[in-house]
Amino acid sequence: MTWAGVVVASLACYGLKLAGLSLPERWLQNQRVQRTVPLIPIALLAALVGTQTFAIGQHLQLDVRAVSLVVAIAAVLLRAPFLVVVAAAAATAALLRLWL
Amino acid sequence: MQTESTRGILRDALGIAVASGAYAISFGAISVAAGLSITQTCLLSVVMFTGGSQFALVGVVGAGGSVWAGAVAAALLGSRNALYGIRLASLLKPRGWRRLFAAQFVIDETTAMAIARDDPRLGRYAFYATGFALFVFWNAGTLIGAFATQAISDPKVLGLDAAPPAAFLALLAPRLRAREPLAIAIAAAVVAIAVLPFVPAGVPLLVVAVLVAVYGWFRR
Repeated sequence: MTWAGVVVASLACYGLKLAGLSLPERWLQNQRVQRTVPLIPIALLAALVGTQTFAIGQHLQLDVRAVSLVVAIAAVLLRAPFLVVVAAAAATAALLRLWL
Repeated sequence: MQTESTRGILRDALGIAVASGAYAISFGAISVAAGLSITQTCLLSVVMFTGGSQFALVGVVGAGGSVWAGAVAAALLGSRNALYGIRLASLLKPRGWRRLFAAQFVIDETTAMAIARDDPRLGRYAFYATGFALFVFWNAGTLIGAFATQAISDPKVLGLDAAPPAAFLALLAPRLRAREPLAIAIAAAVVAIAVLPFVPAGVPLLVVAVLVAVYGWFRR
């Protein structure tokens, strides 16, 4: 099951890239499409941040991950590189679990 | 084509590639921690090759969602690459098998590097140089992260379950430089959390995607 999802999603993402290069320009040149598509990653990434911080499966849960998020936000505001942001969040969770 | 400018482009491309390679290490780690195999993790980096979508898929799976909910989220996040493709088509003018090849490189970084040049030849050079370098470092990083994580018995000890939100935040931050995107981001997070207890895992993302699409479509 995981394999099928991984393969289909990968081909879909490749297909989207190829479609952009191949389809007639006017198909996707529509103003509404141009305005709407860039908003989708913003909403989805924000939704992922929220759900992956405050939930496990279908249950809302407040735990050390919330502190990790605060640390990650601070790192982003300080313009830390990607890996530092991710590592700081992971290290925060790991350390808090050791102490608590 | 001036050698000096191609050299500068090459240096920038390598800088981007090295930074992404480091980021790919965290992707490999998060993916294996989410329960994907090393082969599946590497296939994502080779074939999907678009960071946000890859993180979305393994993030949803790691949070207990179905792989199909993750797949839809990945495809939705990848939709922006189609728009990049339109912008790049007139610059690259790829024909035949070259188009199949060029398409794989149509991502955030290559688009930014290519459209920043005034000279179309330098634009094409920047696109392919960034694409090649990134592809190599992205896949090497993925492999390292995946193998390193498999060697660990419990990824939770390293706080790897807290890593995905930070990764999404790092991808999101550069897009939030104005008031509207910031408001959309906050609203999206709140809505996703609010509907989460009532729908299967992964579905909150689809709810948010539909809402933002409707908003974008009907906004003035």
